[in-house]
Amino acid sequence: MSGTLDQLPRLLALVPYLLARPGVPFATAAADFGVTEERLRKDLNLLWLCGLPGHYPGDLIEIEFEGDTITLSDAQGVDRPLRLTVDEALALVVALRTLAETPGLAEPEPVLRALAKVEAAAGTAAEPAERVEVAIFGDDQVLPVVREALEKKRALRLRYWTAGRDEITDRVVDPLRLVTADGQPYLEAWCRRAEGVRMFHLGRVQEVQLLDEPAAPPADVPSRDLSQGLFQPDELDTVVTLALEPGAAWVSDYYPCDTVEELGDGRQVVTLRTQGTAWVRRLALSLGTRGRVLAPAELAEQVRVDAERALAAYRYH
Amino acid sequence: MAAKKTERLLNLVICLLATRRYLTVQQIRDAVPGYETGNEEAFRRMFERDKEELRELGVPLETGSNSHWDDEVGYRIARRDYQLPELVLEPDEAAALGLAARLWQSAPLAGATGSALLKLRAAGIETPAGATGLEPRIGASEPAFEAVLAAATHGRRLRFRYRTAGRPTDEDRHVEPWGVVSWRGRWYLVGHDLVREAPRVFRLSRIVGDVKAEGPDGAVAKPEGVDLRAMVVREADEMQPRQTARVRVRSGSCWELRRSATSVTPDEPGWEVVELGFSDTERFADRITGYGADAVVLAPEDARESVVRRLTALATR
Repeated sequence: MSGTLDQLPRLLALVPYLLARPGVPFATAAADFGVTEERLRKDLNLLWLCGLPGHYPGDLIEIEFEGDTITLSDAQGVDRPLRLTVDEALALVVALRTLAETPGLAEPEPVLRALAKVEAAAGTAAEPAERVEVAIFGDDQVLPVVREALEKKRALRLRYWTAGRDEITDRVVDPLRLVTADGQPYLEAWCRRAEGVRMFHLGRVQEVQLLDEPAAPPADVPSRDLSQGLFQPDELDTVVTLALEPGAAWVSDYYPCDTVEELGDGRQVVTLRTQGTAWVRRLALSLGTRGRVLAPAELAEQVRVDAERALAAYRYH
Repeated sequence: MAAKKTERLLNLVICLLATRRYLTVQQIRDAVPGYETGNEEAFRRMFERDKEELRELGVPLETGSNSHWDDEVGYRIARRDYQLPELVLEPDEAAALGLAARLWQSAPLAGATGSALLKLRAAGIETPAGATGLEPRIGASEPAFEAVLAAATHGRRLRFRYRTAGRPTDEDRHVEPWGVVSWRGRWYLVGHDLVREAPRVFRLSRIVGDVKAEGPDGAVAKPEGVDLRAMVVREADEMQPRQTARVRVRSGSCWELRRSATSVTPDEPGWEVVELGFSDTERFADRITGYGADAVVLAPEDARESVVRRLTALATR
């Protein structure tokens, strides 16, 4: 973090930051800039050596320390932050546009106002942002109710389709947070029926009702780290091995596989972990001859029996 | 040493911001501490590198001469080009920006957001970190993402090797990038394929190995009227339905079929008949086969035969 490409932009932002906040505590400034206090001290020791040509006392950036506070009194011309770069403008503008374009995720009006102001301030640096688009699938019915429940800390009643078992159940949940994965919104909530934390895909919510009772998740619910994806493997999961023909290569793109072995000519052997195997049976059926369950053997047999039963149904209708 | 260099660059910025006249290289050498040592050639090299670094950081160095009969090139920084324009956000706008700023989960956009927020904070804008329970996130795990994003936003041509699903070997691609799109959690590159002489959509996860950008910035422009997202949707999703099927479904199952059905009518006890649209018979047959004995295609006949063929192959292996 001490390279010029990190330090100089920080210093150029630090000067106007301090100028606008006389007497700011060390700890606050360090936290705002995401650096240690020691790093901040080094930055400040460098700053007051800098200034206008000549470097006479009145030409230098002036900083005073009093107790734990910092006061910068002369910025020597760097009193405003540097403009946003193309990458910075892109990051903010595309993120705001994504919020504005996703129904139900945020109140659109303040997002659009913030977007207009940021675009105006960024100027031409905001132009390349039109080359990046992000789709998050929102909706006008379920998402606003979930957001309201989170804001007001109230419980929700959900009528929910569990895709893995292809069944619909009613449950009361205590919302924890709204997250997205693969561009789809999910509610992480304490499910009173299952007595555990569950992820609810909002696209599978058939009906949602905001309850009057407060959300009351158990106090000791751990906060999960979702940076590696929503579905993390578990020791208790079944390990499934699938052989995939070229026409089924999308499977390894689509599902989080533990291992993917390329056999050449586009054929693959993949392993994945799952709690329930009902969905794997359906996947194997829909793949037909382009896929085959190699293990567990019982699962392969179940798929064969599923196909036999379905075939029988066609004989009668 | 890094600190010395940061100090020199900061002094250079202050010096060039303070001058209205263009300063010659010699005047800069006399005015800015850090340039005095070494011979002329070493100084020139150092100054060239410093200019390059400042430009990378987005510092707008202006070159020109002070009068028509003065042909020596000089440098200055115009204050209006350097500084972030006035920007004031209402509390609800700042909250929207705070939510947007948490969207990016991975490099390089997460880093660019961080440095953008530092500049805004220096301009007096506080974005609440907010424990609102809203955590929409967009990741980018594709190794090619950073290079493709940079080329697309800076308008540079790309060369890469690409794996097409179902084809045995990777192919070389040469593309003028128009933009990148995140759709259902995957990143796509949209552009003009120079070999095939046609617009193409590429999935970033299928890019193999390194991506090479060529040519100067701004060489590739996104044509007027190109809808990036629409191109990706056409590529990634099924086409609009063109045929109608009648499917007998077991009560309490096949919820996903029921959702896309245009009608659901009761049949024998424990069964309903749904009508739904589809475009591609083989893909439709894949989907229905997945439901096993819970879904039986009644019409059209070719879809029914297609499912039976799949089931027969599965049941007899």
